[in-house]
Amino acid sequence: MELNDEKPRVILNEYKVTQNLPTGPTILDEQFTIRNFKRKCRIVIVRNENFEMEFDWIGIHPFLANTFRRLMLSEVPSMAIDKVHIHNNTSIIQDEVLAHRLGLIPLKADPTLFEYKSDASAEGTEPDTLEFELKIKCSYNKETSKRDSSRAEDMYKNNNVYSKHIKWVPIGNQKERFKDSDVGPIEPDILIAKMRPGHELDLKLFAVKSCGKDHAKFSPVATAFYRLLPDIKIVREVEGDDAYRLQKCFSPGVIGVRQDKNGKKVAVVNNARYDTGSRNVYRYDDLKDAVVMSKIQDHFIFTIESVGAMQPADIFKEAVKLLRDKCASLLEELNSS
Amino acid sequence: MAVFSEWSGLLYTNVHVGTPDVDEGFNIIKPTTPHECRLRDMTYSAPISVDIEYTRGSQRVAKTGLLIGRMPIMLRSSNCVLCNKSEYELAKMNECPLDPGGYFVVKGQEKVILIQEQLSKNRMIVEVAKFGVQCQVTSSTHEKKSRTNVFVKSNKYYMGHNTFTDPIPVSIVFKALNSQKRYVTAASKIKSPTDEARDLLATTVLAHVPVIDYNFRQKAIYLGLMVVKRVIEAQADKKFLDDRDYYGNKRLELAGSLISLMFEDVFKRFNWELKAIAEKTIPKIRATQFDVVKYMRSDLITNCLVFAISTGNWTIKRFRMERMGVTQVLSRLSYISALGMMTRVNSQFEKTRKVSGPRSLQPSQWGMLCPSDTPEGEACGLVKNLALMTHITTEVDDNPLIRLAINSGVQDINKVTSIYIHSPLAFMVFLNGNILGITKNYHMLIQVFRTMRRKGYISGYVSIYPSYLHKCVYISCDGGRLCRPYIIVENGQPLVTKQHIFELEKGIRGFEDFLNDGLIEFLDVNEENDSNIACYEKDIVYHTTHLEIATFTILGVCAGLVPYPHHNQSPEILTSVLWGNRLWKCGTIGYNQKNRMDTLLYNLVYPQAPMVKTKSIELTNFDKLPAGQNATIAVMSYSGYDIEDALIINKASIDRGFGRCLVYKNSKCVMKRYANQTFDRIQGPLIDTTNNQPVWKHSCLDNDGIVAPGELVENRQVLVNKSVPTVSAVPGSTNTSVEYKDTPISYRNNEPSYIEKVLISTNEEDTTLIKILLRQTRRPEIGDKFSSRHGQKGVIGLVVEQEDMPFNEYGICPDIIMNPHGYPSRMTVGKLIELLAGKAGLVEGKFHYGTAFGGSKVEDVSEELVKHGFNYQGKDFFYSGITGEPLEAYIYSGPVYYQKLKHMVQDKIHARGRGPRAVLTRQPTEGRSRDGGLRLGEMERDCLIGYGASMMLVERLMVSSDQCEVDVCNKCGRLGYCGWCNSCKSSGQVSSITMPYACKLLLTELQAMNITARLTLNHYCE
Repeated sequence: MELNDEKPRVILNEYKVTQNLPTGPTILDEQFTIRNFKRKCRIVIVRNENFEMEFDWIGIHPFLANTFRRLMLSEVPSMAIDKVHIHNNTSIIQDEVLAHRLGLIPLKADPTLFEYKSDASAEGTEPDTLEFELKIKCSYNKETSKRDSSRAEDMYKNNNVYSKHIKWVPIGNQKERFKDSDVGPIEPDILIAKMRPGHELDLKLFAVKSCGKDHAKFSPVATAFYRLLPDIKIVREVEGDDAYRLQKCFSPGVIGVRQDKNGKKVAVVNNARYDTGSRNVYRYDDLKDAVVMSKIQDHFIFTIESVGAMQPADIFKEAVKLLRDKCASLLEELNSS
Repeated sequence: MAVFSEWSGLLYTNVHVGTPDVDEGFNIIKPTTPHECRLRDMTYSAPISVDIEYTRGSQRVAKTGLLIGRMPIMLRSSNCVLCNKSEYELAKMNECPLDPGGYFVVKGQEKVILIQEQLSKNRMIVEVAKFGVQCQVTSSTHEKKSRTNVFVKSNKYYMGHNTFTDPIPVSIVFKALNSQKRYVTAASKIKSPTDEARDLLATTVLAHVPVIDYNFRQKAIYLGLMVVKRVIEAQADKKFLDDRDYYGNKRLELAGSLISLMFEDVFKRFNWELKAIAEKTIPKIRATQFDVVKYMRSDLITNCLVFAISTGNWTIKRFRMERMGVTQVLSRLSYISALGMMTRVNSQFEKTRKVSGPRSLQPSQWGMLCPSDTPEGEACGLVKNLALMTHITTEVDDNPLIRLAINSGVQDINKVTSIYIHSPLAFMVFLNGNILGITKNYHMLIQVFRTMRRKGYISGYVSIYPSYLHKCVYISCDGGRLCRPYIIVENGQPLVTKQHIFELEKGIRGFEDFLNDGLIEFLDVNEENDSNIACYEKDIVYHTTHLEIATFTILGVCAGLVPYPHHNQSPEILTSVLWGNRLWKCGTIGYNQKNRMDTLLYNLVYPQAPMVKTKSIELTNFDKLPAGQNATIAVMSYSGYDIEDALIINKASIDRGFGRCLVYKNSKCVMKRYANQTFDRIQGPLIDTTNNQPVWKHSCLDNDGIVAPGELVENRQVLVNKSVPTVSAVPGSTNTSVEYKDTPISYRNNEPSYIEKVLISTNEEDTTLIKILLRQTRRPEIGDKFSSRHGQKGVIGLVVEQEDMPFNEYGICPDIIMNPHGYPSRMTVGKLIELLAGKAGLVEGKFHYGTAFGGSKVEDVSEELVKHGFNYQGKDFFYSGITGEPLEAYIYSGPVYYQKLKHMVQDKIHARGRGPRAVLTRQPTEGRSRDGGLRLGEMERDCLIGYGASMMLVERLMVSSDQCEVDVCNKCGRLGYCGWCNSCKSSGQVSSITMPYACKLLLTELQAMNITARLTLNHYCE
């Protein structure tokens, strides 16, 4: 079969995924050497905007790709609210639930500038803790212009508590180290609680540095994942209506329909990258044999969706550093014994 | 209304039930709301006041508005303050607008009077009994309830009655019925046996057949019909036998009729007592005139009604009726469980009898009672639930019906000759089980009745149907019949047209309008059997008379929540109704749940409306008060921790709030006052003098001695520092020094709780009531139980980090991984479709429907998935989170609605090393609540014996349980103590052995009964 080329592939059959037989040694079965790695590894950044990055990582073994994915999810540290001192909470939301909601608010703070807190029960200090304050009280809106309105936002003041109401309280010399715009919730409009006149919140929030392993709120990414580069081959000519039918089986942009020299409309692969692996060709018995879908096993399309505290690229770099440190400590352990 | 009491000195001219209020003492009466009653442990009741005329001394006196008792008020009934209130007004009263009402609040408890199912009264039932064919009638009038049988015994016809000791031959009864009216003279005041028999025949036998002025003709015809027509016909032909389980022969008794029975009984008792007092007091000569009003106490009626509802013991002395378990505490575990409880139907049948007839599904149950919703076990098939559109009729005045019948050609039975009665063309007309007359043109009669009903000239709930077998026309307007609305079809065309539906959608037309315009009518079970009903419009043929409104309404409230039930195996729906919907889940219970103080409440922190809805969900407002979350599940195997339906759950999902629930419990105490002028008191916290801080036990207390809201209380800490006066205080003595004993209300739970709120109020007896609401927040942990809506329950087997979870091309990790082995044996195809429809709903941004016998089709749903680049089968390409490589199989994944059940490990976890022992036997205590030991039971013991592990047996059954050193005298074999045998008066031959304390106890107990057990000791090694 023509899929048995030099590339390692998984083939998407109708009911299962199989692997091809590459013609030569591939990255999957050759031993990992740094020389080979340097020679083969390639990173192509496709997109990096709005704290979302997509890049292709070509020529690495899945274990490495997966390691970085895992590190980004659970070991790259970030700051999140971990302790809430509730001085007053007369809203209907329960203390624990409120604290839980506050914890999940992504914070703008560079975790590299902070230290891990050594003793969880100790009071927060300048290098390891960010302190915030949330003091808000709901009241009736006395503005005359809105007296007749029955909308909650007109009738009351502060009836919705948003993340923008959280105020940063610098500890020690934090005021000099950080600007006001560097610290605080990333999104201003995350709804924390709803209140009615008479309800009041008076909270002290303490954000610390930790990692996603500890709690999902410390993960610096919304998600980080990869997929393998799809490759689609049309093995026999598909023409006319069938070509359009085939086109519909894939995500838009994957299959194009072109006119060949005889004036027939023929399906061609435009860009297999956009395929989502939906395998909908298998619905049609007559088209089943026309295409072979595969994925290239050493070509990873990484997507890092940062929560907003760090640039995705930095998160990735942090992950690399973490792995380096881990290797170093492992080596140290091995050598010392 | 004029109610005559038996004692002629008192005449009730009017009776009135007011609106609910509460007596606050000092004659202050203020209106109340159900919620206040719930919180303050009071009864939501309204005063019953009467207008009376009575004789005081020699003059006639009238009095109005006299209180004779209090009537518990059903929520949302016409006298309830919630009746016809807007959402805003209800919110003001702390009441949930979606709450269905229909229950009572008695002593702060919500009580439901279950619908009682019983055989219909005043109808003949022909069946095979002990001796052969018998015809039975249970007559029920306001005064009397009696049962009359006519049966065949050795080819003779007898009539039996529950007041007779022996049955009487029918011929003799007929003869007796021919007797004449008795003229009462002064001499004949003493009744002769003949007179007594005549009276009995007139009033007791077949009591529902009216006998006016000793004219027995109607009763004789009725009896004749029972014997000749029914019994003889049934003897000859089996098809004349009736079916006891047929729902046309059943009546459902609602709370209203049960309460009215109860009230009538207690009111009669009230009058009887009044009469007794009057008769006793009047002859005595007194300074003051006898005033009956002074003896009318209101607590008899009040207490009797409250007692009946709160205990569920319905004792009605008149009918010698004694029923247990008529009421139940409203289950507030979820909104649906409360709603489901209102529709529960309880059968009067004995639960222990193992007959299948009353338990099995009756074809006539179609559309009236839910076929799926019944418990498993002993009450299976006896406890049922109403279907969605069922209506239970209430009694309608029969006078207009009689007039209409006469006008439509029915001849009065008293005015026709017997030849005419037996004419082959004549149809006998019955009204509520009584013979009304004879008609020759029954067709017209039925036509007239139906037309009049559709036009609205007679009540819509009147039913009329012919029985060609009996050659009778039955008209019923009595209460308790099951009925259901249908669209009327005329000439093969349903009367409801597109235009009507359009108006309905626009809101111009309501259900009532459809009824009033005669487009829809209610049919009861009997009339349903005379109709030709099409399920769908396409099934209509020329003889079709009615069309089903919506087929999914044959299911009840609870079963309606299951999406795609028609794809599931029937027992699975049953389990899903049982597990998922009715009883045991966490969720929301009402908009007012934060104001409530229930003994136990499970709330989900972030409830979601299901992605796949059903029409019933919308009708029951389940989407507004949901009890579950849409979890993304992947159907695949993962590790070994998913066997036996266990679930693998994503830790990140839990971190983000999946399955998090709040558990509320309450703690209650009342401050009593005692007869000797002493009362319970609460004191502030005890201060430790060394550091001026409250002692640990009292560290949560506020200055008033009650816990402060927001505090975290731990096991054994005090909630209310209450103390009770010791009984030593002598009544009457005014000494100020009263001694108190501490009786603190303490918190007992190994997991700490927060104090949500504290309520201090007074209850009806004017004693102070303190309620404390405790809260725990629980995140899911290994062992917590979850269930989908298809009865697929499972516990969490493993919590997995997000990075170890498989992920798909979009980076989506499942919340839950479910083992595919759950599917083949259970065949819950509905769940598979729910997943697919839910997934399509997500990508399309809409809710799909999984309504029974309908819902979104798999083809359409697949098409939507394809449109958005997903696989048409819902199977996605996944990567392993552990190796990072693609999985070999495609994984079926998507959202499924999961509900957290209330079974959580935290409430069940139990282990013990050492711990308390029972005083008597010195064996470890039993049960988790007493920190008990884990029993090595008989079967476990058998295993050890079989294995031969004798030392293990000794260790388990003696050393670790109730080992005891005993001194035994070798000489006499009795027990001694301290190395001394008291019977031999010697210490010479006493040896010490070990035995279970239970054994020692047995020996001493036997000794106490004058039986000596002597032990013979041998050396262990010999």
